[in-house]
Amino acid sequence: MNALLARIRSFFRKRELDRDLDAELAAHLDLATDENIRRGMSAAEARRAALLRFGGVEPAKELHRETRGLPLVDSALQDIRYTLRTMRRDAAFTVVALLILAVAIGANTAVFSVVNTLLLRPLPFRDPGQLVWLEDTEGHEGLSSLTFPVGVFEAMRSRNHSFQDMTAYNAFFGFNDFKLTGRGEPERWIGLPVAENFFPMLGVQPSIGRLFVKEEYQKNGRNAALLSHTLWSQRFGADPAIVGQSLTLNNQSVTVVGVLPASFDFGAIFSPGTKVDFYFPVIMDDIRRQGNVLSIIGRLRPGVPLASARAEFAALAPALRREHPEWYATYAARLSSLKEYVSGKVRRSLIVVWCAVGLILLIASVNLANLLLARSASRSKEFAIRNALGAARSRIVRQLLTESFILACGGAALGLLLAFVLTRYLAHSRTIALPLLQNVRVDGSALAFTILVTAGAALLFGLAPGLKAAGGGIHGALKESARGASEARTQGVFRAALVVSEIALACVLLAGAGVLLRSFLRVLDVDLGFQPGRAIALRIDYNRSAPQPARDAYFHELLRRAEAVPGIERASITDSLPLGENRSWGFRVQGKFYAPTDSDPAFVYVVAPGYLKTMGMRLLAGRSFTWHDTDSTEPVILMNEAAARRGWLGQDALGKMAVADRARRVIGIVGNVRETSLEEQAGPEMFLPITQARDLAGARLILRTSLPTEAIAAGVRAALRSVNPNMPVQNFQPLQQLVDRAVSPRRFIVLLVTAFALLGLLLASLGIYGVISYSVSRQTQEIGIRLALGASAGQLQLSVIARTLRLALIGIAAGTIGAFAVTQWIASLLFNVSPTDPVTFTGMVLVLALVSSIAGYIPARRASSVDPMIALRAD
Amino acid sequence: MPSSKLDLLQGTLDVMVLQTLYALGPLHGYGIARRIEQISGDQVLLNQGTIYASLVRLQQRQWIAAAWGVSENSRKAKFYSITRKGRKQLAADAAHWQRLAEVINRVLALPTEGGAQ
Repeated sequence: MNALLARIRSFFRKRELDRDLDAELAAHLDLATDENIRRGMSAAEARRAALLRFGGVEPAKELHRETRGLPLVDSALQDIRYTLRTMRRDAAFTVVALLILAVAIGANTAVFSVVNTLLLRPLPFRDPGQLVWLEDTEGHEGLSSLTFPVGVFEAMRSRNHSFQDMTAYNAFFGFNDFKLTGRGEPERWIGLPVAENFFPMLGVQPSIGRLFVKEEYQKNGRNAALLSHTLWSQRFGADPAIVGQSLTLNNQSVTVVGVLPASFDFGAIFSPGTKVDFYFPVIMDDIRRQGNVLSIIGRLRPGVPLASARAEFAALAPALRREHPEWYATYAARLSSLKEYVSGKVRRSLIVVWCAVGLILLIASVNLANLLLARSASRSKEFAIRNALGAARSRIVRQLLTESFILACGGAALGLLLAFVLTRYLAHSRTIALPLLQNVRVDGSALAFTILVTAGAALLFGLAPGLKAAGGGIHGALKESARGASEARTQGVFRAALVVSEIALACVLLAGAGVLLRSFLRVLDVDLGFQPGRAIALRIDYNRSAPQPARDAYFHELLRRAEAVPGIERASITDSLPLGENRSWGFRVQGKFYAPTDSDPAFVYVVAPGYLKTMGMRLLAGRSFTWHDTDSTEPVILMNEAAARRGWLGQDALGKMAVADRARRVIGIVGNVRETSLEEQAGPEMFLPITQARDLAGARLILRTSLPTEAIAAGVRAALRSVNPNMPVQNFQPLQQLVDRAVSPRRFIVLLVTAFALLGLLLASLGIYGVISYSVSRQTQEIGIRLALGASAGQLQLSVIARTLRLALIGIAAGTIGAFAVTQWIASLLFNVSPTDPVTFTGMVLVLALVSSIAGYIPARRASSVDPMIALRAD
Repeated sequence: MPSSKLDLLQGTLDVMVLQTLYALGPLHGYGIARRIEQISGDQVLLNQGTIYASLVRLQQRQWIAAAWGVSENSRKAKFYSITRKGRKQLAADAAHWQRLAEVINRVLALPTEGGAQ
C-alpha cells in the first residue's frame, strides 16, 4: 500500500526525481573513476572502465523509472500523445470517424433517454408499482365507454379488499374551460376536477401551500384550486405570494391553496398532448347523474398481486349490477398496471426505434473497423519499423486500441452534446402526443449507457485492426508495401465480409423504415370524413342558464358577425371536435327490441346549422339543420353511416325515429368521421341541433377561411367582442393540429426510423466506397499494366463496378432474409401495408444497388483515368 | 569469463543490498555495488546500474532511507541506511533463503542411482 502511494507520488515528481538520479549516477561514476585512478589507470581509461562496469546509463535510468513510477500509465500517456499526433496528421480521417461516431452514439443516447423515461423508469409517484388503472369494458372506443359513474366508483372503493385506496378524476375535463377575469385580458384555463384523495394516494405533495381539505369537497363549500407548476411559473412568474390569493374563474371567487411540483405533469402521464392549468375538488354530487364520467386509479395493498385484484373485481362487478341496474355502466372493470396504461401502447414502437438505433451503431462500428483496417494496412510499414526498433507487438496492439478508444471517447463527447440538444428539443416539444416525453433528459443512467455503448463500439471497431497488426510479420509488411504486391488475400476477404454485413444491416433498416413510412403515408391518406385544412376552432363563451331562444339568438348573432369578417367563408358551432375530446350516449331505435338497460352507443355532437359545410363533411341523404329547427318544431337528429347501420341494421334510417335525449326524427345521413384515431374505423355518431339540445358539453366556434390564422385573428376577435365584450379570444386552433397530434406518435417513430435507415444507407455506401477505392488504389500497377496492354477505360470501369455489385448483391441477399423477419416482427405497427410489401422490398433492392454502383463508380473512374506510365513507376 | 558468473535470481539483489547496509552501515550506491562484488568474490554478474532500481524499490517500501552526504574522498553522494522496518524484513528474508538453500542442498545430496555418467 505504502509502496503504491510512493509510486503514485513519484509519478507526479518525475523531473525532480530524474535530476536527483542524474546527480546520483554522476557521483557513482566519479567515485568509480577515482578508485580506478587510484589503482593506477590513466584518467581516460579509468572513466571507460567505470562506464563498462556500470553497464549502460540509459537502461539503468529506464529501469529506475519503471521501478519507482507507474510504467503502465506512462506508456498509456505515450500512446495517447502519439495518437493525438497521428490524428492531427490525418485530419480528414479523424473528422469523418468522429462524425460517424458522434451521430451513432448521440442517437443511441437520445433514444435510450426516451426509452428509459417512457419504459424503464418507474412513474414519478410513490410506490408506482402498486398503482392500477381501471377501465370500464364496453365494445366501442371513446371516453364514455372507459369511465365509470360516481356510484360505481364509491361502491368499488368501499367494498373491495385488494386496494388500500382508490381515487378518481373527471375524465371529461377537456370539454369545459374556465374563464379567468379581473387580471388583465381574460384568459382560458383548463382545470381538472380531482377526487379527495387524488394527490395523497399518488404521493404528490405541493411545492408550496397545501392540498385540498375536506370542506373544499362539500357542495357549496369553499372554492379552492391548486396551480400547475407550468402555469405558476409562466403566468405568475413563479411568485410564491400567489398562494392564498383569490382568482375569478367563471365569475366565481376561487382561492389558490398551493402549487404542484414541476415533477407532476398530469397531461404528460394520463393524457398525452393535453395541458392542465389547475386542479380543483370534484363535487361528486354534481356529477352523480351524468353517467360514465370518472377515470379510476387504485393503489394495491402491499403484497396483493394484480391478478387477485382482477379476480375480485370480476366477482364484484356482477354483484353491483344486480343491486343497481339503474347505473349506466357495464360494471366489468378491466384492471391494468398504471405503467402499462401509460406506456403500453408505445412500447413496441419504442423498442423498434431502439433496435434501429442499435443497428446504426453496429453499422457505424463496422464502418469504422473497415476504415481503421484500411488505415492500418497503409500504416503497416510504420508498425514494422517500430517493431524492428524494439517495440513489442503487444505494445503496437495497445497503441491501436488506444487509438480506437480515443476516437470513441471523442465521438461519445460530441454524441452526448448531440443527445443533450435532441432530448431538450423533445422535452420542450408540445406537439408529440407521447406520454412522459416532457421528462426526457440525459441523466445518470443515460450517461452510464453511453459509456457502455462507447466502450463496446471501441472494442468492436478497434479489435479488428489490432488483431491484424498482431498477426502480421515484420518482413512481410516491409516487403509488401515496399514493392506493390497485391493485397493480401485474407485481409481482402475480411474487409469484404465487413462491407457485406454493413449492406445487410442497412437492408434490414431500409425495409423496416420502408414499410413504416408507407404505413404512415397510408394513414395520412385516410379519408377523415372532414377537411381539416383551412379550418380553425376557437372556444367561445355562452350563458349556460340562458333560456333556449335567447341562447339561439346569441349563437346566431355570433355566427352572423363571424361570417361577416373578411376572409371567413363559413362559421359554425360544435360542442366537441373529432380526434379531440369525445363523449357518447346510447340511442334507441323506435320499434326495435332492447333489453331494459340496453341501447346502441354513439358519439354525440351538438352542432349549429352550417356545421357540415364548415367542417367539410359529406351529407349522403336528407337535409342538415337550419335555424328553423327550434324547440317548437319537431325534434330532429342526423346519423352517420355507422350509426344508421348499427341502429337500423341495413334498412334505410332516413325519416325514422330514434330516442336519444328524446324522440327525434332522422332527417339526414352523413359520412363517417374518424373520431378516436386515424387508424380506427369510425364508430356510430349522431348530431343534435344546438337549437334543440340543452346539454351542451362546451362550445367551439369553427371557422373555414381562405386566409392564414394571423390574417383573420384581429377581425374575429373584434367580431366576437362586439357581441360579448368579456369574451377571451385566444388559442385559435387549426383543425390540422388535431390531426397532427393524433398521428404524432406514428410520425415520431417513422421519422426516427427513416432517419436511421438513411444514415445506415449513407454509412454502408461509405463502406463500399472505402473498400473499393482502397483496393483500386492498391492495384494501381496492375491497372497500369492492363491499360498498357490495351484494355479500354470502359472495360476497367466495368470490372470495378461488377466487383462492387457482387459485394452489394451478397449483402442484399442476406439482408432481405433479415428484413422479412423484421417486417413480420413489426407487423402490428403497420397500417394497410403488408409486411412483405413488394413495393418496399423492390425499392429497397433498387436503392441499395444504385447507391452501391455509385459508390463503386467513383473509384472506378479514378482507376480508368490512371496514366499507365505513372502507375508503373508508383512506389 | 562473464558467462561463468552467476545470474542473479529474482529478489536476491534486494536481500544482498539490505544485508550489506545492515552489516556495514550507511553506504552510497557505488559502495554497495563494490561490496557485493567483493563479498561474492566477483562471482555475481552485476551491472552496477541495476542496483539503483533495487535501491528505489527498497526506499519506496521504507526498508532503507537515503540522504545526501559527502564521501571519504570528499565527493557529494547519496548515502543509504537500513531502517528498523528494513531490519525486520531482512531477518524474514534471511530465514527464507536459509531454508531454501538447505532444501536445495538436501535435494542435490540425494545419492544417484545406477551410477552417475
